[in-house]
Amino acid sequence: MCLGIPGQVVEITDPGAHLAKVDVNGIRRTISVRLLAAEGLAIGDWVLVHVGFAMAKIDQHEADLTLEAVRSMGQVYTDELDAFRSSTV
Amino acid sequence: MKFADEFRDPAAARALVMSITDLTGRDEFKFMEVCGGHTHTIYRHGIEHLLPPGIELVHGPGCPVCVIPMGRVDDAIWLAGQPDVIFTTFGDMMRVPGSNGSLLEAKARGSDVRFVYSPLDALKVAVDNPGKHVVYFAVGFETTAPSTAVTLTRARELGVANFSVFCNHVTIVPPIKAILDSPDLRLDGFLGPGHVSTVVGNRPYRFVPEVYGKPIVVAGFEPLDILQSVYMLLSQIRAGRCEVENQYARVVREEGNPQALALLAEVFELRPHFEWRGLGFISQSALKLNERYGDFDAESRYQMPGLRVADPKACQCGEVLKGVIKPWECKVFGTACTPETPIGTCMVSPEGACAAYYNFGRLHRETAALVGQAPGG
Repeated sequence: MCLGIPGQVVEITDPGAHLAKVDVNGIRRTISVRLLAAEGLAIGDWVLVHVGFAMAKIDQHEADLTLEAVRSMGQVYTDELDAFRSSTV
Repeated sequence: MKFADEFRDPAAARALVMSITDLTGRDEFKFMEVCGGHTHTIYRHGIEHLLPPGIELVHGPGCPVCVIPMGRVDDAIWLAGQPDVIFTTFGDMMRVPGSNGSLLEAKARGSDVRFVYSPLDALKVAVDNPGKHVVYFAVGFETTAPSTAVTLTRARELGVANFSVFCNHVTIVPPIKAILDSPDLRLDGFLGPGHVSTVVGNRPYRFVPEVYGKPIVVAGFEPLDILQSVYMLLSQIRAGRCEVENQYARVVREEGNPQALALLAEVFELRPHFEWRGLGFISQSALKLNERYGDFDAESRYQMPGLRVADPKACQCGEVLKGVIKPWECKVFGTACTPETPIGTCMVSPEGACAAYYNFGRLHRETAALVGQAPGG
């Protein structure tokens, strides 16, 4: 439930509503970046994504580490990716 | 010890295990990992079998699906059964048993229950279905509560009138305090939750060393993070220190996320008390929508039964959540209660200690027994 999965910002889709498109393992969906509004997110930044919200800005190294750790969770990881894929925000 | 398979940096892992073994000596220490994500990592990678026999890791209550009491699940199923209601929920909650089946079974009986990835998806369902009322089943600690808060501010901005939240958000500090106050368990320190702390920061844990005299180390989720955090706890104890330390500083900031905290304050207020599975009623341990957002509160919109339901007699999730027993010590573990046919919540969520142990931990334990390694937990 508290799973955070790394995603890379590929587009700021709606700055007013704090929406951005992120790429998680090749899947692109729109998430809210409202919780990081003060961080000034830019395209190319990595974030930890939790239930469709960017929770923390992370560097590329941390993104790689986290992705590896989450991948090793097997079913939990594929379930999370399926859920992310289902999002239509 | 097959470090090579399990660790990104086997040499670092081996060095940490040696240091932990030296610091432990012939003494015994019990550390609780509060977060279910840590429990999953520990069982997934067999970490308890790498640690010396003197170190026991005890699983804590930080699994938001696990701690929801049965009466709240019954209320959710009742809500899902109301006319013209679309009930939206995270996938994890679909299979949690109520006293008369789960949300998944309610869906099979005809209730409109839909799985959503994000609360913003639930809000979109409301926008797309103006003739229906959409209820979102909000669960989770401070990690997840800000997402509900943002969704509610958005619902208000957009003037969405057919959307409400059945709020079951809980807070992390009160259960830690309840466990420290409980006479059932003597702990020597805590691995603090990682992602909750990205929101709340490190300050809320200061009472653990200051009032209870126990060290706490906020920990990351990699196997190496867990070993490093155990090492940091032991180092504190051996040096006569007792404080809040942050092993996960690459993600968690001292002050947390002030914007997320401000949003929580904007939308929620503390409930006087809330029932936790296994831990009973804990005062000021959960959130409800405040007056400003009262129109979006499913609990004011609907007169729910709100009945308190006792856990099934055979189920010992409560004892597991308090760290009093290990999953395999429960009478129904792996026989009547499995991930396919769960009786208790701890077998439903991948973060639940029982599911993590069923899927991974017991294999490590059997292997350890075969090669004659003493289990550390």
